[in-house]
Amino acid sequence: MAEVGFTEAIDQAVEQAMARDERIVVFGEDVEALRQRIFLRYGPRRVRNTPISEGAFLGAGVGAAMGGLRPVVEIMLVDFIAVALDPLLNHAAKLEGFSGGSWQAPLVVRTACGGGYGDGGQHEQSLWGMLAGIPGLAVLVPSTPADAAGLMLGALEHSGPVVYLEHKLLSEMWLEYLGRGGRDTVAFDVPPHGARGELPEPLAPVPLGQAVRRRQGGDLAIVSLGVGVHRSLEAADELAAGGVDAEVIDLRSVAPLDRDAIVAAAQATGRVLVVDEDYLRGGLSGEIAALLAEAGVGAAFARVATEGTIPYARGLEDRALPNKERILSAARALLGRREPSQAAPPASAQSGLVP
Amino acid sequence: MPTVLTRKTRFDARSLLATMAEIRAFELACARLWEEGLISGEMHLGVGEEAIAAGVMAHVREGDAIAFDHRSGPPVVARGLDLESLLLELLGDERGLCRGHGGHMHFLAPEQLAAGTGIVGATGPVACGFALAAEHLRPGAVAVAFFGDGAANQGALLEAFNLAAAWKLPVVFVCKDNRWAITTRARTVTGGNLLQRARGLGLRAQRTNGFRAEAVWAAAGEAIARARDGRGPTFLQARCPRPEGHFLGDPLVRLVRQPRSEGKAMTPDAIAGLTAQPGAARRLRARALGRTSRTVVQLGAGQLRPRRDPIARMRRRLGAPVAASVEHEARARVDLAVHHVLEMTENGRRG
Repeated sequence: MAEVGFTEAIDQAVEQAMARDERIVVFGEDVEALRQRIFLRYGPRRVRNTPISEGAFLGAGVGAAMGGLRPVVEIMLVDFIAVALDPLLNHAAKLEGFSGGSWQAPLVVRTACGGGYGDGGQHEQSLWGMLAGIPGLAVLVPSTPADAAGLMLGALEHSGPVVYLEHKLLSEMWLEYLGRGGRDTVAFDVPPHGARGELPEPLAPVPLGQAVRRRQGGDLAIVSLGVGVHRSLEAADELAAGGVDAEVIDLRSVAPLDRDAIVAAAQATGRVLVVDEDYLRGGLSGEIAALLAEAGVGAAFARVATEGTIPYARGLEDRALPNKERILSAARALLGRREPSQAAPPASAQSGLVP
Repeated sequence: MPTVLTRKTRFDARSLLATMAEIRAFELACARLWEEGLISGEMHLGVGEEAIAAGVMAHVREGDAIAFDHRSGPPVVARGLDLESLLLELLGDERGLCRGHGGHMHFLAPEQLAAGTGIVGATGPVACGFALAAEHLRPGAVAVAFFGDGAANQGALLEAFNLAAAWKLPVVFVCKDNRWAITTRARTVTGGNLLQRARGLGLRAQRTNGFRAEAVWAAAGEAIARARDGRGPTFLQARCPRPEGHFLGDPLVRLVRQPRSEGKAMTPDAIAGLTAQPGAARRLRARALGRTSRTVVQLGAGQLRPRRDPIARMRRRLGAPVAASVEHEARARVDLAVHHVLEMTENGRRG
């Protein structure tokens, strides 16, 4: 089975689903160029460029979904979703609730997210925590090509609105487009197993809200998603060299969130480290702490996340995003293996959750 | 104090060319630094916008505010921001304008009230706010918003037009009409025409020639003078070229400039798309192919030629010997700044 790239996997899933389901249409900025193969195959009626009017075309996506289509609306970068939050927050997400369950908007918002290529804090955000906080939205973050394809098929079969986030560091297409631009003078820390991989034959939908264990281990559970999964796996390998077995959980879906998998991992290891490229506050990592507290799990807890605005300078950016060193340092603190002088970690990066 | 209509003042062609040449040299220096990998991420050049920036900014003075988009070089160079500080920012150095935190899409200079953003159309509302602050704190000062014709389909910008008209704010909206919306041909995604659109929202709206700095200078002078006098906002639409594409490394530009190698890479996918079954009817696929080729053709036609180069036109107007010396001085200023910051950052890397 041939290896494919991350974006190619998503495109294949969309292309395959469009053959089966005439209701699937694709629109967004520049899609006629960015999805050229799908455009040439399905033509300008089903694949079309939009004006730079996110509010209008995402709103139209909601209406089109209400009217019977299954639109894949592309918002180039998730940062730009801010311009069009109303259709998502107040319309797509509310429809099922307001209609007493009688009407849903099966819409997939496909959007690129994440940093690691020096584009600054207005073009590299993750925002899945904020979006997942809105009841009525599903939020997906694949970390491998196989999941990328499977989750896209899952999203296209879902009955309601889905935000599908495609990490740019895993996508050769986005990285070339936004980061490299034909240069060989820049380098990025791309996780190889996230960027390329084999696809199952035939492609099958991955159910929404199911986490997967990427690594077994009894000493510590690292819970992550997207590029964070690969950074966590690297850190886990290094921990293993020191005799520590870390389990790595790939959430794949922020909403619905696989509560059972998180609770089980916490119970099995007694230590949970959340690695989240999204913002620290008011998001996924705090949500995980809350659900563990509610479940009465006595696990030590820490998190590595993005704490402020992502700086443009590459060096500053690398330190701001979750990286292997930050993960190792938080993991070691959690394991209580630090030197006594370093025993107290910064309050912003760590909190005790032992009842 | 009533302002004299700038139309009656003579424009200074030499100083306009000096600004334009400095912008061009700065942009080309950015391209080199980007090619060398010293500037990361996207880099949107404002090559082709020199006449607009020079013509408008000649009227901007202390106390005035500017909001500009991702093509940030022309307005900040024309505003006279320190070249080394800008270059250090692009290199991600802590001595840069924003200590390396902003990059080219976020040049932010509070003393000059100059603010960049990478969100399309976001400059309009910000300029309205700058104008409101000016009314309270700096009477007679104005705000200028720069944006492209692609941004004129962004709701927030159209709302800002209305707000400025309703509040009679001292704003000048400058639309750099390059006929592109990212890599989509603007006319394929735009209804009606922008001048009428702006008038419909209550703005005084005027078209000017963005290839001729003196034309922009005259139109912007009048618009800014009106705003200073409390006679309300203006929408200025100026045609200009965009030869470097949406950003450096734009795949369409590469296709136009290296059709063989780039085209070869794209062909298998295109053939797969055109032939895969099931799919759209043949005539629909042909239409899709036609749209794609028209996009490439339009981009090719937009490459910089002397007739479409605002600097070349000003050069002819001023005469070759004078122009050569003005341009030489401008390039020397930029080269010196580049040389100096590379030395500084090289030392920094060593130290």
